[in-house]
Amino acid sequence: MEPLERYRPIVDDFEAFLAACERPLGNAVRVNTIKASVDRATTVLEEEGVGYEGAHWNPRVLRLETDSPGSTWSSFHGFTHGQEEVSAVPATVLEPEPGERVWDCCAAPGGKATQLAALMDDRGTVVANDSNLGRISALRFNAERLGATSLAVTNDDARNYSLERFDFDEFDRALVDAPCSCEGTIRKNPDALDGWSEGYLDEVSGIQKGIIRRAVQATGEGGTIVYSTCTFAPEENEAVVQHVLEREDCRIVDFDLSLEHSPGLTEWDGEEYDERLERAARIYPHQNDTGGFFVAKLEVTA
Amino acid sequence: MGDDTADGASEGDLEQNDGQRFGRLPTTAAERTVEGRASREEVVDYFADRFAIPPETFDDYTFWEKGAGKIWIYGGDAPSPITIEAIGMTCLRTRQEHWKPTTDFVQRFGREAGECVIELEAEEARAFAAGEDQDLERWDGDWGYLIAAHRIAGALEPIGVGLYVHGELRSMVPKGRQREL
Ligand SMILES: C[S@@+](CC[C@H](N)C(=O)[O-])C[C@H]1O[C@@H](n2cnc3c(N)ncnc32)[C@H](O)[C@@H]1O
Repeated sequence: MEPLERYRPIVDDFEAFLAACERPLGNAVRVNTIKASVDRATTVLEEEGVGYEGAHWNPRVLRLETDSPGSTWSSFHGFTHGQEEVSAVPATVLEPEPGERVWDCCAAPGGKATQLAALMDDRGTVVANDSNLGRISALRFNAERLGATSLAVTNDDARNYSLERFDFDEFDRALVDAPCSCEGTIRKNPDALDGWSEGYLDEVSGIQKGIIRRAVQATGEGGTIVYSTCTFAPEENEAVVQHVLEREDCRIVDFDLSLEHSPGLTEWDGEEYDERLERAARIYPHQNDTGGFFVAKLEVTA
Repeated sequence: MGDDTADGASEGDLEQNDGQRFGRLPTTAAERTVEGRASREEVVDYFADRFAIPPETFDDYTFWEKGAGKIWIYGGDAPSPITIEAIGMTCLRTRQEHWKPTTDFVQRFGREAGECVIELEAEEARAFAAGEDQDLERWDGDWGYLIAAHRIAGALEPIGVGLYVHGELRSMVPKGRQREL
């Protein structure tokens, strides 16, 4: 928990935050509406005797009362997919529509890419990319199990991604669910902070900046970008968004989120950020009894 | 290219299948440019003839081949050929005597099927999902690949593909998809 001390000045009720980080997280699933309605998925769970509670902010997210969510008929049929509650936020903020072209820059193992496909009624094109070939097999497995026919899977570095292979030259929307230091997953992986170092923050934020810039470039005017991480470090969040605001044609936009959250920061460690970064969301574990996440929404302006 | 095919002159001008990339299936066999490649029409007809899945089901989808006979179903945009990791989902294995649908395809589209669907009882369904073969004398329909389904929450739901021969239903659920339920 030591690395989290640096967030004492920015987290309200820091003791509650630390206490939440030490509590293990329950099992949440997302209903995969490509294969079943929420009604059908929950009826199957009831028939199997698996208790559940719907998330108040998103009827497609369920908290399950079972230790083995993977060995239910509901999971076997691909009606539900194990996905942490907060990890279902970024795709809903991106709000993709059926028929659009959407780029998921860092897509493996595919929880959010398949969620994007579901939000689009599995109509349109979701380009699910990841630079790690080993993780692509998990992405493909999940896409098939969940029946996502709108996914095209590619294996490249998002920072210099080429659209030449496709017959279109820009996306309508992009999700940048960036690689990060994963501080917010501490409740799922108690050793998430083991390799923590400021050097790593520097290294990974360089990658994040490269990816978000490419995402803005590859998205058409008026298009939408969502930047998300599962970490608290402002170096990987607000500072990355600030970087792209200064270098590419885009601006921060508002979004509604009915989960409790804190505003994005406008300063950290002597650096000042664009005041509109307040419109980003920091979701801390103690606020909704979930993992931690950062989400910012941008509009491409040229 | 392709003049070493055993089928002789008619196939002589066709390209060899490149297993490393995805090629879109030709609409009909007459438009075929790659040796041995199934056409869209043949695929849609197969699903209609074997499983009575209405051809309109596939109106908004394209079919692609990668590798030898592995067919994928895709709903998005892409030029052909294209070299990427995956395009939509695998749906069918062709280039063999008996074409074989995939488990994930029948879970996704098998609800539309009206024939060659075998309904399993609870215990049978569990065994099937676990990958077990079982004796099932009661089936008096066609032999070959069937859609195994069970009734769950008031409706019939496809579980996967089974191979029915000599009174036995063999589960074709791939290892990584098998579960003890
Ligand atoms: C937070 S995970 C993505 C989780 C995924 N969005 C999901 O919901 O299942 C970050 C991913 O970024 C990938 N990655 C790291 N560097 C990358 C780069 N330069 N280009 C593309 N992907 C990258 C990693 O392999 C990792 O799978």
